[in-house]
Amino acid sequence: MSTRVFGEPIRRLEDPRLLKGKALFVDDVDFPDLLHVAFVRSSFAHGKIRSVDVDAARARDGVVAVMTAEDLGDYWSPGPLLVPPPPIKDIEFNNRTQVPLAKGKVRHVGEPVAIIVAESRYLAEDARDDVFVDIEPLDPAVDLEASAAADAPKVHDDLASNVAARVRQDKGDYEKAKAAAAHVVSGRFFYDHGASAPMENRGIVARWDDRSDRLTVWDTTQAPIPLRSGLAGLLGLAEAQVRVVAPFIGGGFGPKIMMFYPDEVLIPWLALKLGRPVKWIEDREESFFSTTQERSQIHHAEMAIDEEGRILGVKDHFLHDTGAYAPYGLTVPINSQCTLLGCYRVPAYSSSFEAIYTNLPIVTPFRGAGRQHGVFVMERLLDLAAAKLGIDPVGIRRRNVLTPEEFPHKHGLIYQDFTELEYDSGNYPEALEKAATEIGFATFRSNEQPQMRADGRLVGIGLVTYVEGTGIGPYEGARVTLESDGTVNVATGVGTQGQGHFTSFAQVVAEQLGVEVAKVRVTTGDTDQFHWGTGTFASRGAVVAGNACHAAALEVRRKILDLASQQFEAAVEDLELLDGEVRVKGVPDRAMTLGELAVLANPMRGAVIPGTEPGLESSRYFGPDRGTTASGVHAMIVEVDPATFEVEIKRYVVVHDCGIVINPLILEGQIVGGVAQGIGNAFYEKLAFDEDGQLLNASFMDYLLPTSTDVPKIESHHIETPSPLNPLGVKGAGEAGAIPVGALFAQAIEDALRPLVPDLTIAEIPLSPDRLFELVHGTGSDENSGGGSQ
Amino acid sequence: MKPCSFEYVKAESLEHALAVLVEHGDEAKILAGGQSLVPAMNFRLAQPAVLVDLNGVGALSGIERVDGMVQVGAMTRQRSAERSSVLSAHVPLVTETMPFIAHAQIRNRGTFGGSIAHADPSAELPAISVALSATLQVTSSRGSRSIAASDFYVDLLTTALEADEILVRVDLPIAVPGSGFAFAEVSRRHGDYALVGVAASVQCDASGVCQQARVSLLSVGPGPVLSTSCAAALIGERPTTRTIADAAAATASDDIDPEGDIHASARFRRHLARVLVERTLTRAFARAAVSAGAAEQA
Ligand SMILES: Cc1cc2nc3c(=O)[nH]c(=O)nc-3n(C[C@H](O)[C@H](O)[C@H](O)COP(=O)(O)OP(=O)(O)OC[C@H]3O[C@@H](n4cnc5c(N)ncnc54)[C@H](O)[C@@H]3O)c2cc1C
Repeated sequence: MSTRVFGEPIRRLEDPRLLKGKALFVDDVDFPDLLHVAFVRSSFAHGKIRSVDVDAARARDGVVAVMTAEDLGDYWSPGPLLVPPPPIKDIEFNNRTQVPLAKGKVRHVGEPVAIIVAESRYLAEDARDDVFVDIEPLDPAVDLEASAAADAPKVHDDLASNVAARVRQDKGDYEKAKAAAAHVVSGRFFYDHGASAPMENRGIVARWDDRSDRLTVWDTTQAPIPLRSGLAGLLGLAEAQVRVVAPFIGGGFGPKIMMFYPDEVLIPWLALKLGRPVKWIEDREESFFSTTQERSQIHHAEMAIDEEGRILGVKDHFLHDTGAYAPYGLTVPINSQCTLLGCYRVPAYSSSFEAIYTNLPIVTPFRGAGRQHGVFVMERLLDLAAAKLGIDPVGIRRRNVLTPEEFPHKHGLIYQDFTELEYDSGNYPEALEKAATEIGFATFRSNEQPQMRADGRLVGIGLVTYVEGTGIGPYEGARVTLESDGTVNVATGVGTQGQGHFTSFAQVVAEQLGVEVAKVRVTTGDTDQFHWGTGTFASRGAVVAGNACHAAALEVRRKILDLASQQFEAAVEDLELLDGEVRVKGVPDRAMTLGELAVLANPMRGAVIPGTEPGLESSRYFGPDRGTTASGVHAMIVEVDPATFEVEIKRYVVVHDCGIVINPLILEGQIVGGVAQGIGNAFYEKLAFDEDGQLLNASFMDYLLPTSTDVPKIESHHIETPSPLNPLGVKGAGEAGAIPVGALFAQAIEDALRPLVPDLTIAEIPLSPDRLFELVHGTGSDENSGGGSQ
Repeated sequence: MKPCSFEYVKAESLEHALAVLVEHGDEAKILAGGQSLVPAMNFRLAQPAVLVDLNGVGALSGIERVDGMVQVGAMTRQRSAERSSVLSAHVPLVTETMPFIAHAQIRNRGTFGGSIAHADPSAELPAISVALSATLQVTSSRGSRSIAASDFYVDLLTTALEADEILVRVDLPIAVPGSGFAFAEVSRRHGDYALVGVAASVQCDASGVCQQARVSLLSVGPGPVLSTSCAAALIGERPTTRTIADAAAATASDDIDPEGDIHASARFRRHLARVLVERTLTRAFARAAVSAGAAEQA
């Protein structure tokens, strides 16, 4: 029997535990003497703190401690800059990072001002109502363009303006390209992304144990190891004294990679100080302020094309809203800048941006991490170019996608991982044609659409492409250990938030060791199990940690074969690993179980050859030269109700290439989940801040996540172009589904509305029925309505 | 998102509940399905000192046909009303509307009377209670009284109920031959409160002349809004596509004063009101014609 498992649609090994409610989440961590936390948060977007009166709160029964910034003493300090700016020429970066508790000034609604520790969360919240925060409101910087202006209220008084960064990257000579162009199309594009809204909010429990002289922290982080190292530094402990556990986590999507949220700085410190375990679980309302989010960019972009519709150059300048602080550096806008060019051959590109501080919550990467914004601009420019030339969206893309012969392809830009952006492999024409065929683009345009339009129906079709730089460095590691009962233990440092790591890593290892996947036990996110690593971000788990697992498994395989070859006095080439055994090929009775071999590898008495390492175990690391490029094409057919402007997705097709597929079921889950989030971004979710920086929809009643009735069946197809940059040939898949959906909505809905507004250009995301009504009927006054056309 | 502390009383009977209300006045609140009250408490928007739980008072639930009425106990779960064969036979507008209220899980807990007493301007049941000319039976330790649905909704989240009164029953007149109903709404997602919703209840005589046109709208004012334009334009007329469209346009421009919010501008709400009044009236009159025809044949 073959034990081939790599690439198979194996059901997720972690699911039984999750489905039976037996998995550990942070809020499940409980102790008899546990204390609970509530934060007092700013109700103003911008203001001077005159005083914080906590006396009444301290006096309340059941309250153990109340702290303000002043009470933190030397422990108060701004958080670390997680990602320094990449080495781009003439880059300007004015770094300001978040603080544990606001001191002097508040810079966004929800910024913590005081922390309350009490015997229960209820009491802590009662005490919150006792705290009096006296704030002198200041004009806030909210609107992105207004905040960029010289006379805007300053978020950080010590900076010259609200400019957090200025970055310019050029390739070729755009002005020359433009001079030679047959046409230039241009526009102002607004793209807004929202809250990651994981099913499980953030949370943290910290417990100091005197007897073991150690601190244990359970945290919903995507980066347990950096958190461990950072906490040890902050608290003056040895790294070996701090254990961070990121157990099962109900979704992360990026904001949980952010580090040293105020709660992460304060709760372990309080646990040490108070000598009792302390828990904080973020509630849904505060998550809209206390977890980072993504927001808007405004692009002014143009594209120069020749008479055949070939791109000669692209020019773009954009503003990026980074919120009140920029702890994650420039990852989001750099992604926008570098992903914009997408699958296309673009000889000249001139791109600049300004990241702007605003009095709004902090922006850090959220699934897609700025790529949506860039893809939206490029795809919309192509659609404008296609309209100018009278060709269809498939035609213009066909003329411009890179061909397989053009790889590796350099765009001449510095990417978020500080290296020059280089596409490793892909087959863009094949993906394009496959998507166009699957959605039936040509026949829809020639037959179905004209017929339906004749019946008064508004139906439209769209097709867009994207690339996603994935699987970036620096490195991850894994340790594979064969136990004496034949179990294979795998430990890695990345955290996991539902991606199926317990299964896909098991598949990678099982493949090399010839065991059933169920025999492979994967541990992630426990710093006592694996010491080194960085975290789960940038669609890198499978690529970087997966290849580390692969390397460690290969080494254990080598050790198994060496030992077995001594035992059987047979050449390694004559041995095979199958069904949990090592066998001499063709000699069925010359076999041993891997467990028996593991026992032999760990002698309890007698002598070993000096230098022998015990056990069948290996730790290996994988650090890629650079990121690998996944890509894909999404296409859909929509229908818009001409009277109510409700939108129905009739069909949704994804053609996706993430290199070699480890597990098609898990991949499908990633794609479908990504598309669902993309649909939310395109048509439902919107963080509605008013001009005072107050969020008008800080609950799931008004922040509209798409539900099962809003997400159609996704028809997904795959092509596999292996990555040459790693032994498994894999590329990341985590973010792809979410990236091009906004661009697709704009194109398809524009097409659907064409009979009503022939020259409509949709240059913004998110959309809504209300907004479509405005695009069709104008933004007239209330008086002349009621009429309207149907 | 934890509520303030409160005292909890599990009422053993209606009389017990009424006595607690007398004792605590404004400080006490009835707990029905808790689907509106408990979230409001968790946001600390509602801070009742005493909760009087009616969930143990069995006498307050049930659906029964009595003479020309279907009587729905206030504590009847919304889901039971949705599945009631008595209601689907005699008050089909209720059956048609129920699935628009939230999601099945919420309707399993949420009560018929709770929704009416809560009087959310975007709620469906207040609007259909007005369209159907329901009568609301309320009780206090001082005695009982009946309130016409159209007199019940006073202002935003405010009803004619006094602090010591409990809504015990909703009486819905049963459909007579020649009557027709329809409900429609537009919401952002299935299960959301509507951007605009319309309940239409019409009645025509054997010759097709409209005798009654009660069109009630939700999410366009502080409470359910009964269209006077529809009644004025349609009663005494044989409805046509034209008259229906005119009545819808007049309703949208004259009868409602919607507010804009992050989901829909006032202007879009007016537009939707016109579209939905037209759609529901068209359907309701078509059904009225079928019903009148069936009565003829019988
Ligand atoms: C996610 C979600 C979505 C929802 N969507 C919708 C929707 O689309 N449409 C809609 O209409 N509703 C919606 N609801 C509300 C739901 O229908 C509620 O059940 C209903 O509004 C209140 O009924 P209840 O029995 O839960 O009342 P409760 O929440 O228990 O009480 C509500 C208020 O009414 C008072 N009250 C209750 N019963 C009585 C009584 N018999 N006499 C006097 N006072 C009383 C209470 O004191 C309280 O002030 C939604 C709720 C949720 C959680």
